Amino acid sequence: MSWLHLIVLAPFLATVFIPVIHKAFPKLHIGWAVLPLPIALLISLLSQIGKVSSHVSVEASMPWIPSYGIYFDVYLDGLSMLFALLITGIGTLVVLYSIYYLDKHKERLQAFYVYLLLFMGAMLGVVLSDNLMLLYMFWETTSLASFLLIAYWTQREKSRYGAQKSMLITVFGGMAMFAGFILLYVMGGTFSIRGLVEQAPHIAGDPLFIPALVLVLLGAFTKSAQFPFHIWLPDAMEAPTPVSAYLHSATMVKAGLYLVARMTPIFAGQAEWFWLVAGFGLFTLLWGSFSAVKQTDLKSILAFSTVSQLGLIMSLLGVGSLAVLYDAADERLFYAAVLAAVFHLFNHATFKGALFMVAGIVDHETGTRDIRKLGGLMSLMPITFTIAVVGGLSMAGLPPFNGFLSKEMFFTGMLKVLEADVFALETWGILFPIIAVVASVFTFVYSLMLVMRTFLGKLQPEKLEKKPHEAPIGMLIPPIVLASLVLLVGFYPNLIAHSLLEPAVSAILPNLLAPGDHFETHISFWHGWTAELFMTMGVVAVGLLLVLTLRRWVSLYDHLPQRLTLNRLYDGMLLGLQRGSSKGTEAYMSGSLRTYLIYIFLFFILVIGGSLAFIQPTLQASGYAPLAAYEWLLGLILAGAAAAIVLVSSRMSAILAAGAVGYMVSLYFVILRAPDLALTQLVVETVSVALFLLCFYHLPKLRRDMNRVRFQSVNFLIAIGVGAIITILTLAVQGVRPFDSISDYFIANAHDEAGGDNVVNVILVDFRGFDTMLEILVLGIAAIGIYALIKLRLGGDYREHQ
Amino acid sequence: MELLMAILIGVLFMVGTYLILTRRLLRIVLGTLLLSHGAHLLLMTTAGLKRGAPPLLGEEAAAYADPLPQALILTSIVISFGVTSFILVLAYRTYKQLGTDDMEQLRRQEDE
Repeated sequence: MSWLHLIVLAPFLATVFIPVIHKAFPKLHIGWAVLPLPIALLISLLSQIGKVSSHVSVEASMPWIPSYGIYFDVYLDGLSMLFALLITGIGTLVVLYSIYYLDKHKERLQAFYVYLLLFMGAMLGVVLSDNLMLLYMFWETTSLASFLLIAYWTQREKSRYGAQKSMLITVFGGMAMFAGFILLYVMGGTFSIRGLVEQAPHIAGDPLFIPALVLVLLGAFTKSAQFPFHIWLPDAMEAPTPVSAYLHSATMVKAGLYLVARMTPIFAGQAEWFWLVAGFGLFTLLWGSFSAVKQTDLKSILAFSTVSQLGLIMSLLGVGSLAVLYDAADERLFYAAVLAAVFHLFNHATFKGALFMVAGIVDHETGTRDIRKLGGLMSLMPITFTIAVVGGLSMAGLPPFNGFLSKEMFFTGMLKVLEADVFALETWGILFPIIAVVASVFTFVYSLMLVMRTFLGKLQPEKLEKKPHEAPIGMLIPPIVLASLVLLVGFYPNLIAHSLLEPAVSAILPNLLAPGDHFETHISFWHGWTAELFMTMGVVAVGLLLVLTLRRWVSLYDHLPQRLTLNRLYDGMLLGLQRGSSKGTEAYMSGSLRTYLIYIFLFFILVIGGSLAFIQPTLQASGYAPLAAYEWLLGLILAGAAAAIVLVSSRMSAILAAGAVGYMVSLYFVILRAPDLALTQLVVETVSVALFLLCFYHLPKLRRDMNRVRFQSVNFLIAIGVGAIITILTLAVQGVRPFDSISDYFIANAHDEAGGDNVVNVILVDFRGFDTMLEILVLGIAAIGIYALIKLRLGGDYREHQ
Repeated sequence: MELLMAILIGVLFMVGTYLILTRRLLRIVLGTLLLSHGAHLLLMTTAGLKRGAPPLLGEEAAAYADPLPQALILTSIVISFGVTSFILVLAYRTYKQLGTDDMEQLRRQEDE
């Protein structure tokens, strides 16, 4: 147990105390008790930043299930540090924000903070784990915590729907990722990520490599809401706004990006990896920005915007993976894309967190998030407006905010693709910058739309539920901090470039560095009249034109086919699955005993008959025991009596025929030298027939005559099949005696060892006495059961027919 | 003799199966009875037929019939008797309570 273990476990430990504190201090807003924890975690992480930025990683190990290679190994390098700082830093701000956002009288606060801390600990576990199984465990815990938080207002149906949807999709991906991890273990022989990175060249040739790659990516894509798995994110907006800001913009949805970045040293350099990551990223970028424009709910716009920005980062990671192929020659073309990804990841967390908090403030102070009802809030909420402008313009990619810098770097990365000539990029590479520019135009449009339609224009007080006014200062501090970061990083990007981004890039591309070497980054605001700058100018020009004419063309969205949306597909699949399986169950679970017996007998016929046909046993023709005429006669009577049970119409005759069968069997026991059996069979048969008559003959008149059994050919065929197979089986085992019977021992020792001459009885009570004891038990249970059946009358509302 | 026994066992199984597949409770119980007869004879036959005197040592015979399957069958007879009588009483109770011995009418009713 080390300092780093404690960082991961502290939030989990704290969850235990929250209900206790809540009980002890009912007047206290429990959020205040939670707040010190993320602050402490943040400070202790910051204290290590010097170490990490000088490329010394912190690590600690603890055995968990060593026999399976599962260790509680934690590891802090540049990439983990960046994520851990985001998690604890934004976690602190979100807790502070939620203290003012959630009412302590109306909400179940202890539950909220327990879930939130559960999430925080799990997320820290994901980014700090070195062991794949540990990572998977924390990964699923984030899914679970997210599920609980989305459904926080359990009384709302939409919350439950959104929670279920996100759970199904992310757990589906999580399972796929788990399978991918196991394949990695099979190939590499270790669960340690660093161990796998060392074996990367050896793994790449394995036939399991591509399945593992695809499965791991499935996990990353579902968690990071990449197309077509993005559909859960807009529905997750039913969660309280602090949750949306924390989980669904800044941290959890970036777990997929973390996974892709973490796995880059293992998978990069493969065409499949490049095309899947970059391709899905770019399409998600385009689709998310395109869909965001038509939304009317503030949080929906932000959700689709998050989807789009995650796609942007994903595509940069994909392009950055080309670095493994090219940058070895010290040109370092594509490492810029990885730097852009890491930089934008940080920037997005800051401005998107701020924007969500703004949306929460607007919701909190006006009672609505519908931009059709909002407008003119600028003068009423000046601070909120300022934050929204900073966040919105940074998201749009305008100077002097940090979004501008990372967007320029994004364009650089996409333009660099034109220089690549692997993986068919010489033909398709041109699509990268084009999609980037088009998506940026849409991004510009929705970013401006978000700010303008909320804060500019005319106030519509009659549509608002509350009289709008500025939010309390505690609610404003967190977004102010984030907006200041947006500005600070915008003006002084090198502040984080050396301490945070460089180590992160080194962690993603470790193989490119000679030992002791590290990447030099310098992010400059002004980098000359480059192609990227002209692209941004073009984006702004077209974007402004589109914003000004928004009302004319936004109705075009209504002409899109509504039936073909992915949500419909998802709902249809879920419903189809439910209906299909219930239909399937109804089809074979008919409720009729006969049907089930037919299944059983058919299975018997198929399996035994099939294996008999397969083995083809030789049926003995001779060597049988001699057969006397009276034995023939007995056989005829037995068969006739058995057939009569089916053929006769009265109940009485059927029972008597069954008795005749029993007596014939006991006669056979006589012939076959089994006196004890014959005795027992006679007695048992007599009692049985008496019982049958007691139960069925002396019943009331209700259907005394049984009717003849109606002939049913299916039943008949099955019966013939069963009988024939048993007959063949009986003949097939004749003469097959692989070893001698044990009975010689019983016969030889019955007298001397047990002191009895009746060998059967000696076996029953001496050699194998346990059988007899339990058989007595069976009789006893049957007797008690019969007594209970007759005597016990529970409930009392049965209809008695007496 | 084995051939005859095999055919008889087949007939017992066939009739038992056919009875079990019918709708009346009584016939189903009779079917289980026939199936157990078939199983007992099967045990007897597969152990070998008529290979000596009854397994009573006082007989002083050179060879005895195999006593082990007889012990097994004896146990089985008693157990199947216990089970049969229980099913019989169960069928009787069912008939009394629900007024029918038709398996198709004994399904779980939707309104209960």
